[in-house]
Amino acid sequence: MRKDKIVFIVGVLLLLGLFVFPLWNITLEAPQYPDSLGMDIWITKITDHNPNDIKNINLMNHYVGMADIQLDMIEFTIFPIVISAMIVLGIIIGFTGNKKLYLTWFIVMILLGIAGMYDFYLWEYEYGHNLNPHAAIKIPGQAYQPPLIGSKRILNFNATSLPAIGAYLMTLGLVLTCIATFLPIKKKIEK
Amino acid sequence: MKQLLAKLLVLSTTVALLVSCGSKDNVAPRGTDNVVSDAASKTYVKPGEYDEFYAFLSGGFSGQLSVYGLPSGRLLKVIPTFSVDPEKGYGFNEETKPMLETSVGFVPWDDAHHPELSQTNGETDGRWIFINGNNTPRIARIDLGTFETTEIIEIPNSGGNHSSPFTTENTEYVVAGTRFSVPIPQEDIAISEYKGKFKGALSFISVDKDSGDMGLAFQVLMPGFDYDLAHSGKGKSHGWTFFTTYNTEESNTLMEVGASQNDKDFIAAINWKKAEEYIAQGKFKEVPANYVNNEYSDETHSAVTKRLNKVKVLDPVECPGLVYFLPTPKSPHGVDVDPSGEYIVGNGKLSADLTVHSFTKVLDAIENKKFEGEAYGIPVLKMEDILAGIVKEPGLGPLHTEFDGRGNAYTTFFISSEVVKWKLGTWEVIDRQPTYYSVGHLMIPGGDSAKPDGKYLVAMNKITKDRYLPTGPEMNHSAQLYDISGEKMKLLLDFPTIGEPHYAQGIAASKIKSKKIYKLEENKHPYVAKTEADAKVVREGKDVHVYMTSIRSHFAPDNIEGIKVGDNVYFHVTNLEQDWDVPHGFAVMKARNAELLIMPGQTETLLWRPQEPGIYPMYCTDFCSALHQEMQGYVRVSPAGSNTELKWSVGEVDEE
Repeated sequence: MRKDKIVFIVGVLLLLGLFVFPLWNITLEAPQYPDSLGMDIWITKITDHNPNDIKNINLMNHYVGMADIQLDMIEFTIFPIVISAMIVLGIIIGFTGNKKLYLTWFIVMILLGIAGMYDFYLWEYEYGHNLNPHAAIKIPGQAYQPPLIGSKRILNFNATSLPAIGAYLMTLGLVLTCIATFLPIKKKIEK
Repeated sequence: MKQLLAKLLVLSTTVALLVSCGSKDNVAPRGTDNVVSDAASKTYVKPGEYDEFYAFLSGGFSGQLSVYGLPSGRLLKVIPTFSVDPEKGYGFNEETKPMLETSVGFVPWDDAHHPELSQTNGETDGRWIFINGNNTPRIARIDLGTFETTEIIEIPNSGGNHSSPFTTENTEYVVAGTRFSVPIPQEDIAISEYKGKFKGALSFISVDKDSGDMGLAFQVLMPGFDYDLAHSGKGKSHGWTFFTTYNTEESNTLMEVGASQNDKDFIAAINWKKAEEYIAQGKFKEVPANYVNNEYSDETHSAVTKRLNKVKVLDPVECPGLVYFLPTPKSPHGVDVDPSGEYIVGNGKLSADLTVHSFTKVLDAIENKKFEGEAYGIPVLKMEDILAGIVKEPGLGPLHTEFDGRGNAYTTFFISSEVVKWKLGTWEVIDRQPTYYSVGHLMIPGGDSAKPDGKYLVAMNKITKDRYLPTGPEMNHSAQLYDISGEKMKLLLDFPTIGEPHYAQGIAASKIKSKKIYKLEENKHPYVAKTEADAKVVREGKDVHVYMTSIRSHFAPDNIEGIKVGDNVYFHVTNLEQDWDVPHGFAVMKARNAELLIMPGQTETLLWRPQEPGIYPMYCTDFCSALHQEMQGYVRVSPAGSNTELKWSVGEVDEE
């Protein structure tokens, strides 16, 4: 088999990591939480980073009127289907060895990634801005939206939002498919 | 003139300095001279850092066990064991009331002397700590996952559970020797008939390897002496337990004279492996006995009292090889076995010397039947045959000895108020340091096990006097921390203690796996409400059961109506939190017992009997959140016989 096919298919298969590892992680640190609070965001679910973290985040958040973190969201049905479809398509495309199809797959994947990040941003926005008007603590002008990526101070908490293993595997996969798409082109030029 | 003034000025300044110096000397407490200059840095534990050791100090007449960090001496927790504790609702809530049940009913206090850690292969293992109730003879087991008392067993046929609960090498048994001999079975006889009619029972409490469940395996019926302290053998002496005796004179009045006449009393050596053989052969008598075994479950969050009615008793006369007496001068108090299990130190409290027996020689003397005679059918060995050595004139009033694992022993001397370090084998005194005021027990973490952590020594003083700012006629007792890592002991720290600390145990913090919460899903309390949707009020005749939940920062329900005077209202409060150290309290106005302090995931029940109609506030007693003060509710109490509808609610805001 041609080397670029192998590289492409391996790259595509790395997306399977999204079913095994979390995609993203949000951590909340404050002096009174020695172990910090955190949640892991998967393409199928949100889980506690340490036992009961989400319960405790919800408990804390209700003082400022934030809604409970929803554990059943429509994304958790859509994302796995989309990723599965892209993996199946990717493998088929990989076997064709067609560079144009490689490129198309890569671009679609990037667009999906951007769409996913935008969806994540909207989710964070909604979560941080849609506050219960009867909340016990109201701070004029204060929003509680966590950062899309990086760290941000929210009242007494330092909120950090970073990609997790799943996202790193996906990135590595995309790099591999990118290499598979472009490296053989280089060879042609050399010839 | 100016010169004269200058001279006067110099003179007066000098005088002032002298006077101020002198007065300082008068004010300063005693015993600052032997504190080393770097003591503060040696006991300083930076904020955010943990102590290296846990120290468990008995509370004596407080009936509690206190937990300290070493080397800081910071108080970490007080664990109510034999005493009711309104702070935590222990003994007041329905779940823990059975823990203090005995054959004579509810006993809400005791005199708790000797904590003893569980051991595996002679080493402390951090699973449980046991402690004796001396007065109403009992042994408690405290779980070191939760730091809560989880089992108490009563000891029948005992007159005072003092020589207890010294564990065997693998925690096969903890022992419970009676301090006072009494008629067995108890009977109404003249006290003057003491000699011969009074007996001492030495009990062996089995401990289940996995669950820790205690059971009274057997008792050895001994002559009517006083059994003071004990220690179990280890290594080569594994399988034996040693009990000190005093009053081998069998006196029953003015004991300070009557029980101090014999030059030698005994250490009773019990071969418990032999006892197991006799039990297996059926050479025991099963005698009637009334006692209880109370066990608390972390799943139901409730204790249950089991009533027991018989005990297996072994008579040493009918069981040759079970008991030997080792003559030891004079009224020995502590009996301490060195880490190897070879040396048995008898601390004769009225003796001028310290007597050390050799276990090898004891076995040899037994094998060759080198007996001096017998007492009540029990062979008495010859002291000169079993003696390993004598520490000559080490001090006055030796009480207890612990070991550092480097071949040194440390003994407390009550009368001369000091800790003396001496060498095993050569019996020479290496160092002595004053303790301030009469010292009792001492503790080295693991110092009575096969593997001591010989870094620190804690001496427990019986009297405090000028160690702290005065607080009226009564002051806390004091513990003193010494650095024993070098050749000379160094006094590092004084710290106050709860009640009167008798004995203590210490263990490396790394050996203890402490729980952070109780898992709500594992809560099997019969009246649990695991979500607010489960909250309800159920009337069963005059009993009203409130299935209540608490979470930051409200109760569900928070309004209850339809309670009547004469009702027994059971508030079963479940703490829905699953976050470390977020307990909620629960109190209702004019409750005549106590409050509740409910740990995350736990259910506790307060029984409330309202006396008069009216509105009764209830609230959280443990500051839990920014809205703690809002964590409150009301109970409406109607007169007996009225027909107020039973209803309850939470979060129903009137829209009008």
